[in-house]
Amino acid sequence: MTDSPPAHESESVARGRETVACLEHVTKIFEKTPAVDDLNLEIYEGEFFSLLGPSGCGKTTSLRMLGGFEEPTSGRILLGGRDVTYQAPYHRDVNTVFQSYALFPHLDVFENVAFGLRRQRLNKAEIARRVGSLLEIVDLPSYEKRRASQLSGGQQQRVALARALVNEPKLLLLDEPMSALDAKLRRQMQIELKRIQTQVGITFLYVTHDQEEAMTMSDRLAVMRNGKIEGIGSPRDVYDSPSTEFVATFLGASNLLTGEITNTEGPFATITLTNASTLSVPRERVPAMSGSKTVKVGVRPEKISIGASSASPPPGHNQLRGRVRVSTFTGVGNQYLVDTASGVEVTVYAQNIGQELAPRSGENVTLTWPVEHTFAVRPMRGGDDIDELQSEGE
Amino acid sequence: MSVETVTGTRPSPPRERPLGRRRKVGRYVLPTYSWLVIGYLVFPIVIMMIYSFNRVLGGAQVVSFSWNGFTTLWYQQWSGVPGLTTAFWLSIRLALVSTVIATVLGTLLAMALVRYRSNKFRGKLAVEQILFLNIAAPEIVMGASLLGLFVTLNINRGFLTLVLAHVMFSIAYVTVTVRARLAGFDRSLEEAAYDLGANPLTTFRLVTLPLIMPGVLAGALMAFALSIDDFVTSNFVSGTSDPFPVWVYGATRVGIPPQVFVFGTFIFMVGIGFAFMSIVLSRKKS
Repeated sequence: MTDSPPAHESESVARGRETVACLEHVTKIFEKTPAVDDLNLEIYEGEFFSLLGPSGCGKTTSLRMLGGFEEPTSGRILLGGRDVTYQAPYHRDVNTVFQSYALFPHLDVFENVAFGLRRQRLNKAEIARRVGSLLEIVDLPSYEKRRASQLSGGQQQRVALARALVNEPKLLLLDEPMSALDAKLRRQMQIELKRIQTQVGITFLYVTHDQEEAMTMSDRLAVMRNGKIEGIGSPRDVYDSPSTEFVATFLGASNLLTGEITNTEGPFATITLTNASTLSVPRERVPAMSGSKTVKVGVRPEKISIGASSASPPPGHNQLRGRVRVSTFTGVGNQYLVDTASGVEVTVYAQNIGQELAPRSGENVTLTWPVEHTFAVRPMRGGDDIDELQSEGE
Repeated sequence: MSVETVTGTRPSPPRERPLGRRRKVGRYVLPTYSWLVIGYLVFPIVIMMIYSFNRVLGGAQVVSFSWNGFTTLWYQQWSGVPGLTTAFWLSIRLALVSTVIATVLGTLLAMALVRYRSNKFRGKLAVEQILFLNIAAPEIVMGASLLGLFVTLNINRGFLTLVLAHVMFSIAYVTVTVRARLAGFDRSLEEAAYDLGANPLTTFRLVTLPLIMPGVLAGALMAFALSIDDFVTSNFVSGTSDPFPVWVYGATRVGIPPQVFVFGTFIFMVGIGFAFMSIVLSRKKS
C-alpha cells in the first residue's frame, strides 16, 4: 500500500498555489521504532489542512517537527522555501496551539496574547492594537485582564488561538485543540475555527483523530497510519475514493467485500465475490495489483438503496441480495444490517424522507448502488487490526 | 413493635447517642493535642522574650532568671555590647550572601535533576545520593572535615570559609524544595514560550522562574534560617570572626548579656513575620 501514489489529489485546491511548508522524506525514530516513516507532504498557502489518524500514527510527531520541538532523524523540512530542519522553534515563523493550550498562568489574557509581539520588540501602541483586534476576532474583547484560570475551556482555547495568530505566522499548527472540549462546544468551535481561518487567511495545519472534525473543516486532509500517509486529498475525494482499506474504514464507515479481479477490460473492472456474484468497479478505482488478485470491494452505507427482493438491477448499478437482520430507526434515518448471500454483513443507511415502508428484520431485500460509488482496495496484511486502530482513534 | 421490627431489619442501624457523644469528645482531642505541642515548642522562646524585659541587679550586666521588674532598657541599649552587635551583623551578612549563592546553585541543580534523564545526565543517581547524604550527615562530621580541609589548603578561617560552609549545607535543602515545585511543571508552557519567539534564557526569566518562584523562595527562606542559627559548623570554620550563635555560646561561660535576648526576640519576630507573609501570599494566590 506504500507504492500507490497519493490518490486523487484535489486539483482545484492544489494547483497554482504556493507551497508554505514541505516535509521531504522525513523520518523520525524514537528508540528504534519509527514514529514517522519517510513522510512527504506539501502544505499550500492559505489552506486548512488536517492530519488525521489514530493515536500513535505519527501525526503529532510530524506537527512537532514542523514546530521545531523535535528534530527528524532524517529528511528535510522546508518552510517558505527555506530549510528549517534544525532551526530552533523561536527562530521559526510558525506558531502552535497546544493540546493543553499552555496558557501562561501567571499572566493575564492580554499579556498572554502579547507575549510573541513583545519578543519582536514592537511598540506599545502596535501591541495593544494587534492584541485588541485578535481578541475581537476570537470574540473575547473584554477579557484582557482575566487570568487563564478564570476562563472556561472554550475561552482558554480562543486565547491560545489568539496568542498564536497575533504573530501572523506563515503556518499555524494546531495539536488536537478540541480534545478537551465537550461535544457540543466542539461542534461550535469547528465552525468558529473555520470562520477565523477564512478571516485571517493564515495556513492551518490541524492534527486530529476525529474524522468528522477533519472533514468538516479541512480544504485537504491526509489520513496517517504507522508513520505514513495512506490517503491525501480533499475530504470528498478521500472519502469517496479511499486509497486503502484503512482509509475506507477510518474515514467514515465502509462495507468491504472480499473478491477476485476477474476482468479488467473496458472502463469497468469485474470483481467476483466468494459466492460467484460479480460487482463492477470503475477502472480508475481499482489499485494496481501485482501477484495476488484478491481485493476488497467497498461501498459506503449511505450510497446503497434497499428494496424488495424481486427488483432486478438497473443498468450501471451493482446489486447484492440479502436478508435484513437488524433494522434500527435513528430519527434521521434507518440503519439496516443485512446478511448478504456472500456471507458478509452489509450496513445500509437510508435517510428518513418518508417515502417508503422500511423493510423489517427477516425480509429478503436487494441492495442496489451505482457503479461509480464502488471502490476497490488492497486487503490489509496480517497484523493490521482495523478494529483496534479504530477504537484507539475514538 | 412494628416500627422496631422495620428498623431492626435495616443493615447496621445507627446507634445514635453513644456514637454522637464519642464524636463530640473526639472533636477536641486533636486540637488540644496540637496546642500542647505548639506550647511545648514555643515555651522556651516565650521565656526568652519575657526575660528580655527583665531588670538586672548588681554590677555585671548578665541575665538571671529571677524576676527583678520590668524594663525596656535592653531594647534602648540594644547595641551596647560591641562584640555581640558585630557578631549579629556578621550573621546577617553571612546568611544573606550564603542564601543568595545557595539558592542560585540549588535551583539550577534542581532543574538539572528534573529535566535530564540519567541517560543524558551521567551520575545523576550519585548526585541524588550525595544530596541525601548532605542532609542526613551529622553536622559535627561536616564541620570537622571542613576545618581539616581549610587547614590543609591553608585557607584563613573567616567570612569566606563561613560562606563556603553555609552554602554547602544549604544547597541540598534548596534543591529538594525547588525540585518538588518543578516536578509538577508543565513543559508545554516552555515550548509555548519558544514557539512565541522567546529564546531559552528569556523563557527561563519570563515563564519558568516566575512559576517556580514559590519553591525558590521557600528554599531561600530555609537556607536563610539554616544559616542564621548554625552553630556547629560555624564554630569549626569561623576562626576569629564569630557569628551570632558562636559568640553567644562563648558568652555563656561568663554570663549572657541581656541584649542577646533582644536579638533573639528580634530574629524570632522576623521569622514569624516571614511565615505570616507566606501564608497571606499563598491565600491570595489560591
